Amino acid sequence: MKLFKIRGGVHPDDRKRLASEQPIETLPLPDLLHIPLQQHIGAPASPAVRRGQRVAKGELLAHGQGVISAPVHAPTSGRIMGVGQYPAHHASGLSVPTITLKPDGEDRWADHIQGVEDPFALAPEEIAARVAAAGIVGLGGATFPSAVKLDLRKRYAVHTLVINGAECEPYLTCDDRLMRERAESVIDGIRLMARALGVSRIVIGIEDNKPEAQAAMAVAASIDPDIRIARLPTRYPMGSEKHLVQTLTGRETPARGLTADIGVVVHNPATAFAVHEALRLGHPLVARVVTVSGGAIARPANVRVPLGTRVQDLIAHCGGFKDEPARLISGGPMMGQPLPSTRVPMVKGSNGVLALTAAEINGGTPRPCIRCAGCVQACPCGLVPLEMVAHIRAGDLEGAVKRGLMDCIGCGSCAYVCPGHIPLVQYLNHAKGEMAARGRAKQKQTETKRLAEQRTARMEAIKRAKREQMEQRKREMAARKKAEAAAAAQQATAAEPVAAETEA
Amino acid sequence: MPIETPAAQCGPFAHDTVGIPRTMGLVMLALVPATLFGLWQFGWPAIWLFLATLAGALLAEILSLWFAGKPIRPDLSDGTALLTGWLLAMTLPPWAPWWIGVVGALLAIVVAKQVFGGVGQNLFNPAMVARVALLIAFPLEMTSFVAPTPLFSAEAPGLVESLAITFGGQGFDAFSGATVLGQVRTELGQGETLATILPDLYAPLSGAVGTVAGSLGETSALLLLLGGLFLLYKRVITWHIPVALLGTIAVLAALMHLIDPEHYAGPLYHLVSGATLLGAFFIATDPVTSPVSARGQLLFGAGCGLLIYVIRTWAGYPEGVAFAVLLMNACAPLIDHYVKPRIYGRDRRGQPLEYANDVETSR
Repeated sequence: MKLFKIRGGVHPDDRKRLASEQPIETLPLPDLLHIPLQQHIGAPASPAVRRGQRVAKGELLAHGQGVISAPVHAPTSGRIMGVGQYPAHHASGLSVPTITLKPDGEDRWADHIQGVEDPFALAPEEIAARVAAAGIVGLGGATFPSAVKLDLRKRYAVHTLVINGAECEPYLTCDDRLMRERAESVIDGIRLMARALGVSRIVIGIEDNKPEAQAAMAVAASIDPDIRIARLPTRYPMGSEKHLVQTLTGRETPARGLTADIGVVVHNPATAFAVHEALRLGHPLVARVVTVSGGAIARPANVRVPLGTRVQDLIAHCGGFKDEPARLISGGPMMGQPLPSTRVPMVKGSNGVLALTAAEINGGTPRPCIRCAGCVQACPCGLVPLEMVAHIRAGDLEGAVKRGLMDCIGCGSCAYVCPGHIPLVQYLNHAKGEMAARGRAKQKQTETKRLAEQRTARMEAIKRAKREQMEQRKREMAARKKAEAAAAAQQATAAEPVAAETEA
Repeated sequence: MPIETPAAQCGPFAHDTVGIPRTMGLVMLALVPATLFGLWQFGWPAIWLFLATLAGALLAEILSLWFAGKPIRPDLSDGTALLTGWLLAMTLPPWAPWWIGVVGALLAIVVAKQVFGGVGQNLFNPAMVARVALLIAFPLEMTSFVAPTPLFSAEAPGLVESLAITFGGQGFDAFSGATVLGQVRTELGQGETLATILPDLYAPLSGAVGTVAGSLGETSALLLLLGGLFLLYKRVITWHIPVALLGTIAVLAALMHLIDPEHYAGPLYHLVSGATLLGAFFIATDPVTSPVSARGQLLFGAGCGLLIYVIRTWAGYPEGVAFAVLLMNACAPLIDHYVKPRIYGRDRRGQPLEYANDVETSR
């Protein structure tokens, strides 16, 4: 298959070897699970259980609210300990609404859980509806509710389903292992997604540092002539949706657009696997495969983890720390989030937990920019990070926006290559956050202004109405007076002839 | 057993192994062959001048930082001041008195670098600012060149004698002369034709190897080319500036030579003489003072090449690299303003691309 070149990108040490040969293990049930209500982009789910309630595995814990949302299900059977606040799987570590579940150890599925005999006989809408009900979100890390993406054919002319098996972040191997070990299930899920989307073109892109995954997927895909497997060059950020689609089709997604604008919908292999389980077995999304790795982890592994498991339980399963971790990260080292503590729970979007040593991070003290243009060469979006950051440092956020700040995908290639160790991403993120806050403030301001204007207009209208009423009344009074005067005059003139007559 | 890790900070949590000191170190490493050749060929006076210039640069950096109240160690250890001194020394007449090197280094570091705000802030290439200032202020000292007298050869001055040349203020009239570029200029001005001048002065081979009169580190075109290729291989520089610069000179020289071979020398002459190769690989590629985008760099390199050729051929100075680079340094911000990479998903004017939705993609 012909591939197209994308610009920029970097070649970080891949360090996948740490975990890539570790088969997927299943984590023994921890003694407590903390399941946040929001594990997806969009509106948070609203709780459907009470404290003390007993639940079976797969039972609904919280329903999705609104168009872009996803329900949350019980990862195992047990008793609800509370619906309260617990530290989030997020850099801030702030507490968020979370359901705490105490497993009873039986791991018993709810009675209603059952799969569909022949899911390919289902209508496309029905597949999407079941995916929605199973709480499946994009498992590559972005956590966009998958069913919404499976419904895109309603608004876009979708012709191709692309499966993002690039997995370009260093260390991460969970998709690699899943494709190697469960290729048939993944392919089944992919075909179901293609059916929901109504497309017959399916391209699975896999970076060429995963030959085993390519081979396994090729064997499993041989049942469907519509599926093609593309060997992608290993280059970060190949897994960026728009860049992947460009590599495969040569088409660039217009700025501010979606890949659906050029007819392509992208899903992740782990999402496909979840779709397979949801349709064939009726299992909602209650567990996922996570790569636990990094130089500070005693035994790097790929583990299938019940959602809500605390990071500390997962790390303990992997032998704990053998070295002092300088950073604990959720996701890959390039775009992952630092985790403030090992207490936080695993969520649908967490594809990796990395404990990195200081040596692996290879940090340095920031030095002045020498305009080496390394960041310009590395940027896959054609931006000039050094210039944007100079503007941000000078407080000129508008200048940064004018130079494409909002087109930045935050991949971190620029900061990775910067010889001056300048935290470029931090500056860019700060500016993006500030612009978003300004946007909200401005929106609020215009809203306030609009309301004030409406009020003024209303008052004016009332005043005008009153004035008009007054004038109307005045006019009426004047008219009445006039009429009376006229009537009086008429009476007088009418009386006159009489008088005249009488005179005559 | 919950552990707490340091306060939130965003990624990436991996970093390439490059650093500014390493980059500067690689550039200096690339300069080593040409420098050693120059030092060998011009003997002890050149060695003293070289050391005096480096010491001057380091001293100037320390003094400037100290006066500015900045920490000295991080800036001094990044290697930028040392490299500036080194590059300046490469462009000096090898037997120039010590104070030429030291004054030049002071000019480069204090006037051209630190007053702009230090590393990364200067608009002009410090070494070239210093060289041009010296050329204007001390034309005699800056244009007195010696014929090569390799170390340990019969004509070479000894250790003591060379101390007198560099530090003692003794002239060396017996040896002084001009470079090939200067000589050719003068004689062309006197109405001679290239056919009569060149064969006496210039053999492409010695020009390439470097056994000719010239600045301390500029004579060996081949060794400079070797260093340049090393920098390309190590990805310290990209090909854009050198190729555009050398290509422009070569094309212009070829064109003019075709039109009037009597008065215009061919491409090879221009490529191997003077500071062309040093300029193409080590001077014009200075990241701080050149544009950041690939297309901008092509434009910048071509501009340097054009100016070098024009200055050498028609202007008042035989050597054009320093002037050309400085003039283009002044244009670099303008180039960066107008020539930017195309943003993903947008056209060159910054408007979002047209939506194109059809199934026609490669099979």
